[in-house]
Amino acid sequence: MSMINYASREINCKLVYYGPGLGGKTTNLEHVYNKVAPTTRGKMISLATETERTLFFDFLPIDLGTIRGFKTRFHLYTVPGQVYYNASRKLILKGVDGIVFVADSQMERMEANVESMQNLYDNMAEYGYDLTKIPFVIQYNKRDLPNAGPVGDLQASLNPGWPIEDPAQQKVTPDPANPGQNIAERVGDQWIGRAPYVEAVAVRGDGVFETLKVVSKMVLKTLS
Amino acid sequence: MTGAASWSFSEEHYKQIQQHLLSFLRDSNARCALLVDRTGQLVTTAGETPQFDPTAFASLTAADFSANDQLARMIGEDEFASLVHQGERESMFLADVGKRVILVVLFDQRATLGLVKLKARSVVEQLAKVLEDMFNRVGSGPAPEQRLLEGAEDEIDRLFG
Repeated sequence: MSMINYASREINCKLVYYGPGLGGKTTNLEHVYNKVAPTTRGKMISLATETERTLFFDFLPIDLGTIRGFKTRFHLYTVPGQVYYNASRKLILKGVDGIVFVADSQMERMEANVESMQNLYDNMAEYGYDLTKIPFVIQYNKRDLPNAGPVGDLQASLNPGWPIEDPAQQKVTPDPANPGQNIAERVGDQWIGRAPYVEAVAVRGDGVFETLKVVSKMVLKTLS
Repeated sequence: MTGAASWSFSEEHYKQIQQHLLSFLRDSNARCALLVDRTGQLVTTAGETPQFDPTAFASLTAADFSANDQLARMIGEDEFASLVHQGERESMFLADVGKRVILVVLFDQRATLGLVKLKARSVVEQLAKVLEDMFNRVGSGPAPEQRLLEGAEDEIDRLFG
């Protein structure tokens, strides 16, 4: 839930990194934390177990800059990926403005990806949020690993698209992260929408800022 | 609902909230009060300036409150409308305000938990009224945030290079 504070002239938005366990959600936040200037970020909070698995969430506030005289501040959260932490995972989604789904590209993690994606749809639906209508980006992480599956296969399983019923939305929309591809297009006699995707190697930082940029921009555009 | 709705507050509401919080702090002898929305965003602080990162503090407060809400349901309660964390020197009192925000009160030995709780009851009611008024106004006309970034696409594009 974006909050606009006219007194302090701030816009605050909430982004949540979702996905299966050990997929790289915390790594994304750590990279952002390490690379942005200390003056533009707050303290990073990690509620993790002794083995550094996320127990409740990681949290990192960053300032993106000023628009119309308002400081735009994004609060980045990760959720615990492990299946049995669903209660706490769901709490973090409350009031979310944008979602990044960090998928693990390794073929043997495909089932975990699909399960986590289904869980995301279910948890969002329980809050009455429609994932097809809010800013949503998929990051295919670990692209450097030899067992990483082809992007086409990952797209077919995790981002097959949804029908666009609203005539106002039925227009060809290019994927901001993949030139030549569309996130809304006509397939046969049906209009199909998809989430934009970004390929990443989060441990090296590849694709991390691109993902953040795509989703943040989508969030700000929902306010315009 | 397609996603989480936005909310905004004006300088006028901000002033009212500040007045209520400051008079509560005077009456209760507490050091500092923070108002945090249920999604973890800091709305405002009053009283002594916190010596910690208030943004991080706000996100943890909302998580704490939400987790306790779920615990309440598990034991058959609708909610825990207030929580107390008592330390040796510093303590915290948290109270729900109209299901929208959380009032966090920080106090030390100069204040007693009983007095904080007693005085919090009325400030919670006052704050709930301000919030109610805020949301009613937003509901009766076009939300100001809908206009705030209207036509700002270029600025948004520039922000991201």
